Amino acid sequence: MQSLLQETLGLTLRALATATICIVLMTADHRNNALQQARSSIGTYLVYPIQYLVAIPGNVIQWSVENLSSRNTLLEKNSELNRQNLELLVRQQQLQSLQQENARLRELMRSSARIDEDILIAEVLTVDQDYNRQQILINKGKSSNLYPGQPIIDAKGVMGQIVELTQYSARVLLISDPSHALPVQNNRNGVRTIAQGKGDPAEVDLLHIPNNTDIKIGDLLITSGLGGRFPSNYPVATVTEVEIRPGEEFARVAAKPTAELDTSREVLLVWVKRESDE
Amino acid sequence: MRIKHRRSFLVNFSLLLGIALTILPLPNWAAAIRPDWVALILIYWCIALPTKMGFITAFIFGILLDIATGTLLGQHALGLTIVAYAVLRIHARLRLFPLVQQAVIVMLLLLAKQMVFLWIYGITNNEPESIVVYFLPSLTSMILWPLLYIFMHNMQRRFLST
Repeated sequence: MQSLLQETLGLTLRALATATICIVLMTADHRNNALQQARSSIGTYLVYPIQYLVAIPGNVIQWSVENLSSRNTLLEKNSELNRQNLELLVRQQQLQSLQQENARLRELMRSSARIDEDILIAEVLTVDQDYNRQQILINKGKSSNLYPGQPIIDAKGVMGQIVELTQYSARVLLISDPSHALPVQNNRNGVRTIAQGKGDPAEVDLLHIPNNTDIKIGDLLITSGLGGRFPSNYPVATVTEVEIRPGEEFARVAAKPTAELDTSREVLLVWVKRESDE
Repeated sequence: MRIKHRRSFLVNFSLLLGIALTILPLPNWAAAIRPDWVALILIYWCIALPTKMGFITAFIFGILLDIATGTLLGQHALGLTIVAYAVLRIHARLRLFPLVQQAVIVMLLLLAKQMVFLWIYGITNNEPESIVVYFLPSLTSMILWPLLYIFMHNMQRRFLST
Protein backbone atom coordinates (compact mmCIF):
# COMPACT_ATOMS: atom_id res chain seq x y z
CA MET A 1 0.00 0.00 0.00
CA GLN A 2 2.78 2.35 1.00
CA SER A 3 4.65 1.72 -2.22
CA LEU A 4 1.56 2.35 -4.39
CA LEU A 5 1.02 5.65 -2.63
CA GLN A 6 4.64 6.60 -3.16
CA GLU A 7 4.39 5.65 -6.81
CA THR A 8 1.36 7.90 -7.32
CA LEU A 9 3.07 10.73 -5.47
CA GLY A 10 6.16 10.34 -7.64
CA LEU A 11 4.03 10.40 -10.79
CA THR A 12 2.25 13.56 -9.66
CA LEU A 13 5.51 15.30 -8.76
CA ARG A 14 7.07 14.42 -12.12
CA ALA A 15 3.97 15.67 -13.94
CA LEU A 16 4.05 18.91 -11.97
CA ALA A 17 7.75 19.39 -12.74
CA THR A 18 7.18 18.86 -16.48
CA ALA A 19 4.15 21.16 -16.49
CA THR A 20 6.15 23.87 -14.72
CA ILE A 21 8.92 23.62 -17.34
CA CYS A 22 6.27 23.95 -20.08
CA ILE A 23 4.72 27.04 -18.50
CA VAL A 24 8.13 28.68 -18.06
CA LEU A 25 8.95 27.91 -21.71
CA MET A 26 5.64 29.34 -22.92
CA THR A 27 6.10 32.53 -20.92
CA ALA A 28 9.64 32.98 -22.23
CA ASP A 29 8.49 32.33 -25.80
CA HIS A 30 5.57 34.74 -25.52
CA ARG A 31 7.32 37.59 -23.72
CA ASN A 32 10.53 37.87 -25.72
CA ASN A 33 12.46 36.18 -28.46
CA ALA A 34 14.93 34.41 -26.20
CA LEU A 35 13.94 31.02 -27.59
CA GLN A 36 14.15 31.93 -31.29
CA GLN A 37 17.52 30.23 -31.62
CA ALA A 38 16.28 26.97 -30.08
CA ARG A 39 13.11 27.01 -32.20
CA SER A 40 15.19 27.65 -35.28
CA SER A 41 17.67 24.80 -34.75
CA ILE A 42 15.06 22.24 -33.71
CA GLY A 43 12.97 23.41 -36.65
CA THR A 44 15.84 22.98 -39.09
CA TYR A 45 17.10 19.57 -38.02
CA LEU A 46 14.09 17.74 -36.60
CA VAL A 47 10.88 19.31 -37.85
CA TYR A 48 11.75 20.47 -41.37
CA PRO A 49 12.37 16.86 -42.61
CA ILE A 50 8.85 15.91 -41.50
CA GLN A 51 7.36 19.01 -43.08
CA TYR A 52 9.30 18.34 -46.25
CA LEU A 53 7.98 14.77 -46.47
CA VAL A 54 4.40 15.85 -45.73
CA ALA A 55 4.59 18.53 -48.43
CA ILE A 56 5.57 15.99 -51.10
CA PRO A 57 2.01 14.83 -52.01
CA GLY A 58 0.92 18.45 -52.49
CA ASN A 59 3.95 19.07 -54.70
CA VAL A 60 3.27 15.92 -56.72
CA ILE A 61 -0.33 17.00 -57.33
CA GLN A 62 0.86 20.43 -58.36
CA TRP A 63 3.49 18.93 -60.65
CA SER A 64 1.07 16.53 -62.31
CA VAL A 65 -1.51 19.28 -62.85
CA GLU A 66 1.19 21.26 -64.65
CA ASN A 67 2.71 18.38 -66.59
CA LEU A 68 -0.33 16.34 -67.51
CA SER A 69 -2.51 19.18 -68.69
CA SER A 70 -3.63 18.97 -72.28
CA ARG A 71 -2.11 20.91 -75.15
CA ASN A 72 -5.26 23.02 -75.47
CA THR A 73 -5.17 24.18 -71.87
CA LEU A 74 -1.52 25.08 -72.22
CA LEU A 75 -2.19 27.02 -75.42
CA GLU A 76 -5.05 28.87 -73.78
CA LYS A 77 -2.93 29.68 -70.76
CA ASN A 78 -0.10 30.79 -72.98
CA SER A 79 -2.22 33.23 -74.97
CA GLU A 80 -3.74 34.53 -71.73
CA LEU A 81 -0.26 35.13 -70.31
CA ASN A 82 0.89 36.79 -73.53
CA ARG A 83 -2.07 39.15 -73.34
CA GLN A 84 -1.33 39.96 -69.72
CA ASN A 85 2.34 40.49 -70.51
CA LEU A 86 1.50 42.98 -73.26
CA GLU A 87 -0.84 44.85 -70.94
CA LEU A 88 1.83 45.03 -68.24
CA LEU A 89 4.48 46.20 -70.71
CA VAL A 90 2.25 49.09 -71.79
CA ARG A 91 1.67 50.04 -68.15
CA GLN A 92 5.42 49.77 -67.56
CA GLN A 93 6.06 52.42 -70.21
CA GLN A 94 3.80 54.84 -68.39
CA LEU A 95 5.38 53.89 -65.10
CA GLN A 96 8.87 54.76 -66.29
CA SER A 97 7.88 58.27 -67.33
CA LEU A 98 5.94 58.70 -64.10
CA GLN A 99 8.96 57.59 -62.08
CA GLN A 100 11.14 60.13 -63.82
CA GLU A 101 8.58 62.85 -63.32
CA ASN A 102 8.30 61.90 -59.66
CA ALA A 103 12.09 62.04 -59.22
CA ARG A 104 12.20 65.49 -60.88
CA LEU A 105 9.41 66.79 -58.66
CA ARG A 106 11.09 65.42 -55.55
CA GLU A 107 14.30 67.12 -56.60
CA LEU A 108 12.45 70.39 -56.95
CA MET A 109 11.02 69.96 -53.48
CA ARG A 110 14.45 68.92 -52.17
CA SER A 111 13.00 65.90 -50.45
CA SER A 112 14.45 62.80 -51.93
CA ALA A 113 13.48 59.62 -50.14
CA ARG A 114 14.05 57.04 -52.80
CA ILE A 115 13.31 53.44 -51.95
CA ASP A 116 14.83 50.52 -53.77
CA GLU A 117 13.45 47.04 -53.35
CA ASP A 118 14.90 43.64 -54.12
CA ILE A 119 12.54 40.73 -54.50
CA LEU A 120 12.72 36.94 -54.45
CA ILE A 121 10.02 34.39 -55.22
CA ALA A 122 9.23 31.66 -52.69
CA GLU A 123 6.68 28.88 -52.65
CA VAL A 124 4.19 28.15 -49.90
CA LEU A 125 4.87 24.75 -48.30
CA THR A 126 1.76 22.59 -48.45
CA VAL A 127 1.60 21.78 -44.75
CA ASP A 128 -1.07 22.86 -42.31
CA GLN A 129 -0.40 25.04 -39.28
CA ASP A 130 -2.26 25.44 -36.02
CA TYR A 131 -5.93 25.93 -36.94
CA ASN A 132 -6.41 28.86 -34.58
CA ARG A 133 -3.55 30.96 -35.89
CA GLN A 134 -3.09 32.64 -39.25
CA GLN A 135 0.31 31.48 -40.43
CA ILE A 136 1.91 29.88 -43.47
CA LEU A 137 5.28 28.27 -44.14
CA ILE A 138 7.40 29.15 -47.16
CA ASN A 139 10.28 27.21 -48.68
CA LYS A 140 13.04 29.80 -48.29
CA GLY A 141 14.94 30.45 -45.09
CA LYS A 142 18.17 31.71 -43.58
CA SER A 143 20.10 30.16 -46.46
CA SER A 144 18.45 32.72 -48.79
CA ASN A 145 19.30 35.62 -46.44
CA LEU A 146 15.78 36.23 -45.21
CA TYR A 147 15.43 38.12 -41.94
CA PRO A 148 12.78 38.22 -39.20
CA GLY A 149 10.20 40.92 -39.87
CA GLN A 150 10.70 40.74 -43.63
CA PRO A 151 7.56 41.72 -45.61
CA ILE A 152 5.84 39.09 -47.78
CA ILE A 153 3.55 40.05 -50.66
CA ASP A 154 1.75 38.17 -53.40
CA ALA A 155 0.72 39.35 -56.86
CA LYS A 156 -2.23 41.28 -55.43
CA GLY A 157 -1.08 42.76 -52.14
CA VAL A 158 0.60 42.48 -48.77
CA MET A 159 0.38 39.05 -47.11
CA GLY A 160 2.34 39.37 -43.88
CA GLN A 161 5.77 39.22 -42.38
CA ILE A 162 8.32 36.59 -41.36
CA VAL A 163 8.28 35.73 -37.67
CA GLU A 164 10.47 32.66 -37.50
CA LEU A 165 13.33 31.37 -39.61
CA THR A 166 14.92 27.99 -40.01
CA GLN A 167 17.68 27.17 -42.45
CA TYR A 168 15.35 26.22 -45.30
CA SER A 169 11.91 27.48 -44.32
CA ALA A 170 10.27 30.50 -42.78
CA ARG A 171 7.05 31.02 -40.88
CA VAL A 172 4.93 33.94 -42.08
CA LEU A 173 2.45 35.70 -39.82
CA LEU A 174 -0.43 36.78 -42.08
CA ILE A 175 -2.04 40.19 -41.78
CA SER A 176 -5.27 38.41 -40.80
CA ASP A 177 -3.78 37.10 -37.50
CA PRO A 178 -5.17 38.92 -34.46
CA SER A 179 -1.64 39.66 -33.25
CA HIS A 180 -0.75 41.45 -36.49
CA ALA A 181 -1.30 45.18 -36.99
CA LEU A 182 -0.22 47.03 -40.11
CA PRO A 183 -0.02 50.83 -40.62
CA VAL A 184 -2.02 51.72 -43.74
CA GLN A 185 -3.37 54.79 -45.48
CA ASN A 186 -6.33 55.45 -47.71
CA ASN A 187 -5.16 55.66 -51.32
CA ARG A 188 -7.88 58.22 -52.15
CA ASN A 189 -7.15 60.86 -49.52
CA GLY A 190 -4.18 59.74 -47.46
CA VAL A 191 -6.08 59.18 -44.22
CA ARG A 192 -3.89 56.97 -42.03
CA THR A 193 -5.08 54.11 -39.88
CA ILE A 194 -4.07 50.66 -38.66
CA ALA A 195 -5.30 47.35 -40.11
CA GLN A 196 -5.55 44.62 -37.53
CA GLY A 197 -6.34 40.96 -38.25
CA LYS A 198 -9.20 39.13 -36.60
CA GLY A 199 -8.49 35.49 -37.38
CA ASP A 200 -10.45 35.51 -40.64
CA PRO A 201 -8.46 35.48 -43.92
CA ALA A 202 -11.23 37.46 -45.64
CA GLU A 203 -11.45 40.40 -43.24
CA VAL A 204 -9.33 42.86 -41.25
CA ASP A 205 -10.48 45.61 -38.90
CA LEU A 206 -9.44 49.24 -39.21
CA LEU A 207 -8.74 50.75 -35.83
CA HIS A 208 -9.35 54.18 -34.36
CA ILE A 209 -11.24 55.85 -37.19
CA PRO A 210 -13.32 58.79 -35.88
CA ASN A 211 -16.97 58.86 -36.98
CA ASN A 212 -16.50 61.92 -39.17
CA THR A 213 -13.55 60.57 -41.18
CA ASP A 214 -13.87 60.51 -44.96
CA ILE A 215 -13.80 56.78 -45.70
CA LYS A 216 -16.09 54.95 -48.14
CA ILE A 217 -16.83 51.41 -49.17
CA GLY A 218 -14.48 50.44 -52.00
CA ASP A 219 -11.58 52.64 -50.88
CA LEU A 220 -8.19 51.01 -51.44
CA LEU A 221 -5.85 50.92 -48.47
CA ILE A 222 -2.11 50.88 -49.12
CA THR A 223 0.85 50.46 -46.78
CA SER A 224 1.92 53.81 -45.39
CA GLY A 225 5.49 52.78 -44.66
CA LEU A 226 5.15 54.10 -41.12
CA GLY A 227 6.61 51.70 -38.63
CA GLY A 228 9.51 51.10 -40.96
CA ARG A 229 8.87 47.42 -41.54
CA PHE A 230 6.81 47.39 -44.72
CA PRO A 231 7.68 49.37 -47.86
CA SER A 232 5.10 52.07 -48.64
CA ASN A 233 2.46 52.05 -51.39
CA TYR A 234 1.66 48.34 -51.62
CA PRO A 235 -2.07 47.51 -51.70
CA VAL A 236 -3.38 45.90 -48.51
CA ALA A 237 -7.17 45.79 -48.48
CA THR A 238 -10.35 47.35 -49.83
CA VAL A 239 -12.96 48.76 -47.47
CA THR A 240 -16.08 46.57 -47.38
CA GLU A 241 -18.06 47.93 -44.47
CA VAL A 242 -18.37 51.29 -42.75
CA GLU A 243 -20.62 51.54 -39.75
CA ILE A 244 -20.97 54.95 -38.14
CA ARG A 245 -21.80 54.50 -34.47
CA PRO A 246 -22.97 57.89 -33.12
CA GLY A 247 -22.73 56.83 -29.49
CA GLU A 248 -19.21 55.51 -29.78
CA GLU A 249 -15.89 57.22 -30.13
CA PHE A 250 -14.83 55.42 -33.31
CA ALA A 251 -16.56 54.01 -36.39
CA ARG A 252 -16.43 50.28 -37.12
CA VAL A 253 -14.67 49.78 -40.44
CA ALA A 254 -13.90 46.40 -42.00
CA ALA A 255 -11.80 45.69 -45.08
CA LYS A 256 -11.04 42.71 -47.28
CA PRO A 257 -7.36 41.93 -47.92
CA THR A 258 -6.47 42.18 -51.60
CA ALA A 259 -3.88 39.40 -51.31
CA GLU A 260 -5.21 35.85 -51.52
CA LEU A 261 -4.16 34.91 -48.01
CA ASP A 262 -5.52 31.38 -48.01
CA THR A 263 -4.95 30.32 -51.63
CA SER A 264 -1.71 31.91 -52.84
CA ARG A 265 0.92 29.34 -53.79
CA GLU A 266 3.71 31.69 -54.73
CA VAL A 267 4.77 34.68 -52.68
CA LEU A 268 7.31 37.47 -53.09
CA LEU A 269 9.88 38.36 -50.48
CA VAL A 270 10.81 42.04 -50.37
CA TRP A 271 14.10 43.52 -49.23
CA VAL A 272 13.64 47.17 -48.37
CA LYS A 273 16.68 49.34 -48.95
CA ARG A 274 16.23 52.87 -47.76
CA GLU A 275 18.41 55.55 -49.30
CA SER A 276 17.16 58.73 -47.75
CA ASP A 277 19.29 61.82 -47.85
CA GLU A 278 17.98 64.96 -46.28
CA MET B 1 17.47 -6.27 -25.73
CA ARG B 2 16.14 -6.48 -29.27
CA ILE B 3 12.55 -6.15 -28.12
CA LYS B 4 13.43 -2.97 -26.21
CA HIS B 5 14.82 -1.33 -29.33
CA ARG B 6 11.88 -2.41 -31.42
CA ARG B 7 9.50 -1.04 -28.81
CA SER B 8 11.08 2.40 -28.61
CA PHE B 9 11.25 2.50 -32.41
CA LEU B 10 7.55 1.69 -32.72
CA VAL B 11 6.53 4.25 -30.07
CA ASN B 12 8.65 7.04 -31.55
CA PHE B 13 7.77 6.23 -35.15
CA SER B 14 4.03 6.19 -34.45
CA LEU B 15 4.26 9.55 -32.65
CA LEU B 16 6.24 11.06 -35.54
CA LEU B 17 3.57 9.76 -37.88
CA GLY B 18 1.05 11.52 -35.62
CA ILE B 19 2.89 14.82 -36.15
CA ALA B 20 2.92 14.22 -39.92
CA LEU B 21 -0.85 13.62 -39.87
CA THR B 22 -1.33 16.79 -37.83
CA ILE B 23 0.35 18.99 -40.46
CA LEU B 24 -0.99 17.08 -43.48
CA PRO B 25 -2.71 19.69 -45.67
CA LEU B 26 -6.49 19.32 -45.61
CA PRO B 27 -9.34 21.46 -46.93
CA ASN B 28 -10.55 24.01 -44.43
CA TRP B 29 -13.64 22.16 -43.24
CA ALA B 30 -11.63 18.98 -42.61
CA ALA B 31 -8.79 20.83 -40.89
CA ALA B 32 -11.35 22.26 -38.46
CA ILE B 33 -12.31 18.78 -37.24
CA ARG B 34 -8.89 17.14 -37.54
CA PRO B 35 -8.52 14.56 -34.76
CA ASP B 36 -5.77 15.13 -32.21
CA TRP B 37 -3.49 12.40 -33.61
CA VAL B 38 -0.47 12.79 -31.37
CA ALA B 39 -2.56 12.87 -28.19
CA LEU B 40 -4.52 9.77 -29.29
CA ILE B 41 -1.36 7.80 -30.05
CA LEU B 42 0.23 8.91 -26.80
CA ILE B 43 -2.87 7.82 -24.86
CA TYR B 44 -2.69 4.41 -26.54
CA TRP B 45 0.94 3.88 -25.53
CA CYS B 46 0.25 5.07 -21.99
CA ILE B 47 -2.45 2.41 -21.69
CA ALA B 48 -0.48 -0.33 -23.46
CA LEU B 49 2.95 0.28 -21.90
CA PRO B 50 2.25 2.23 -18.68
CA THR B 51 5.59 1.36 -17.09
CA LYS B 52 7.62 2.33 -20.14
CA MET B 53 5.98 5.68 -20.88
CA GLY B 54 6.98 8.84 -19.08
CA PHE B 55 6.59 12.57 -19.32
CA ILE B 56 9.84 12.93 -21.22
CA THR B 57 8.24 11.39 -24.33
CA ALA B 58 5.17 13.61 -23.91
CA PHE B 59 7.39 16.67 -23.47
CA ILE B 60 9.70 15.99 -26.43
CA PHE B 61 6.88 15.27 -28.89
CA GLY B 62 4.93 18.24 -27.53
CA ILE B 63 7.85 20.55 -28.30
CA LEU B 64 8.24 19.05 -31.80
CA LEU B 65 4.53 19.57 -32.40
CA ASP B 66 4.76 23.16 -31.17
CA ILE B 67 7.49 23.93 -33.66
CA ALA B 68 5.78 22.05 -36.49
CA THR B 69 2.46 23.87 -36.05
CA GLY B 70 3.75 27.25 -34.90
CA THR B 71 2.23 27.41 -31.44
CA LEU B 72 3.93 28.74 -28.32
CA LEU B 73 6.89 26.59 -27.29
CA GLY B 74 5.49 24.35 -24.54
CA GLN B 75 1.80 24.59 -25.41
CA HIS B 76 1.39 21.10 -26.81
CA ALA B 77 4.02 19.81 -24.40
CA LEU B 78 1.83 20.98 -21.50
CA GLY B 79 -1.31 19.53 -23.06
CA LEU B 80 0.29 16.15 -23.70
CA THR B 81 1.81 16.07 -20.20
CA ILE B 82 -1.62 16.61 -18.65
CA VAL B 83 -3.16 13.89 -20.83
CA ALA B 84 -0.31 11.45 -20.09
CA TYR B 85 -0.58 12.11 -16.35
CA ALA B 86 -4.32 11.45 -16.29
CA VAL B 87 -3.96 8.24 -18.31
CA LEU B 88 -1.06 6.94 -16.24
CA ARG B 89 -3.10 7.52 -13.07
CA ILE B 90 -6.07 5.46 -14.29
CA HIS B 91 -4.48 3.12 -16.86
CA ALA B 92 -5.33 -0.04 -14.87
CA ARG B 93 -9.05 0.79 -14.90
CA LEU B 94 -8.99 2.20 -18.44
CA ARG B 95 -7.55 -1.05 -19.77
CA LEU B 96 -10.58 -3.01 -18.55
CA PHE B 97 -13.19 -0.65 -19.98
CA PRO B 98 -15.01 -1.61 -23.19
CA LEU B 99 -13.84 0.42 -26.20
CA VAL B 100 -16.86 2.72 -26.24
CA GLN B 101 -16.41 3.67 -22.61
CA GLN B 102 -12.70 4.21 -23.25
CA ALA B 103 -13.60 6.51 -26.13
CA VAL B 104 -15.75 8.67 -23.85
CA ILE B 105 -12.92 8.96 -21.32
CA VAL B 106 -10.53 9.85 -24.14
CA MET B 107 -12.89 12.60 -25.26
CA LEU B 108 -13.07 14.00 -21.74
CA LEU B 109 -9.27 14.02 -21.52
CA LEU B 110 -8.96 15.81 -24.86
CA LEU B 111 -11.62 18.32 -23.82
CA ALA B 112 -9.54 19.08 -20.72
CA LYS B 113 -6.49 19.57 -22.95
CA GLN B 114 -8.47 21.90 -25.23
CA MET B 115 -9.67 23.89 -22.23
CA VAL B 116 -6.02 24.53 -21.31
CA PHE B 117 -5.34 25.50 -24.92
CA LEU B 118 -8.32 27.86 -24.93
CA TRP B 119 -6.84 29.58 -21.92
CA ILE B 120 -3.48 29.92 -23.71
CA TYR B 121 -5.18 31.21 -26.89
CA GLY B 122 -7.02 33.72 -24.73
CA ILE B 123 -3.78 35.06 -23.27
CA THR B 124 -2.13 35.31 -26.70
CA ASN B 125 -5.16 36.98 -28.38
CA ASN B 126 -6.03 34.02 -30.60
CA GLU B 127 -9.53 33.28 -29.36
CA PRO B 128 -11.34 30.96 -31.79
CA GLU B 129 -14.29 32.43 -33.66
CA SER B 130 -16.77 29.73 -32.72
CA ILE B 131 -16.44 27.84 -29.47
CA VAL B 132 -18.50 24.90 -30.78
CA VAL B 133 -16.25 24.38 -33.79
CA TYR B 134 -13.24 24.76 -31.52
CA PHE B 135 -14.20 21.69 -29.49
CA LEU B 136 -15.20 19.50 -32.47
CA PRO B 137 -11.75 17.81 -32.81
CA SER B 138 -12.34 16.10 -29.45
CA LEU B 139 -15.53 14.60 -30.84
CA THR B 140 -13.87 13.29 -34.01
CA SER B 141 -11.06 11.93 -31.84
CA MET B 142 -13.63 10.04 -29.78
CA ILE B 143 -15.19 8.53 -32.91
CA LEU B 144 -11.75 7.54 -34.18
CA TRP B 145 -10.53 6.03 -30.89
CA PRO B 146 -11.92 2.46 -31.23
CA LEU B 147 -10.49 2.10 -34.76
CA LEU B 148 -7.13 3.50 -33.71
CA TYR B 149 -7.04 1.28 -30.64
CA ILE B 150 -7.66 -1.89 -32.66
CA PHE B 151 -5.13 -0.88 -35.31
CA MET B 152 -2.43 0.01 -32.79
CA HIS B 153 -3.13 -3.15 -30.81
CA ASN B 154 -2.56 -5.27 -33.91
CA MET B 155 0.63 -3.38 -34.71
CA GLN B 156 1.88 -3.90 -31.19
CA ARG B 157 1.10 -7.63 -31.29
CA ARG B 158 2.76 -8.09 -34.63
CA PHE B 159 5.98 -6.22 -33.88
CA LEU B 160 6.42 -6.50 -30.14
CA SER B 161 5.31 -10.05 -29.28
CA THR B 162 8.22 -12.08 -28.04
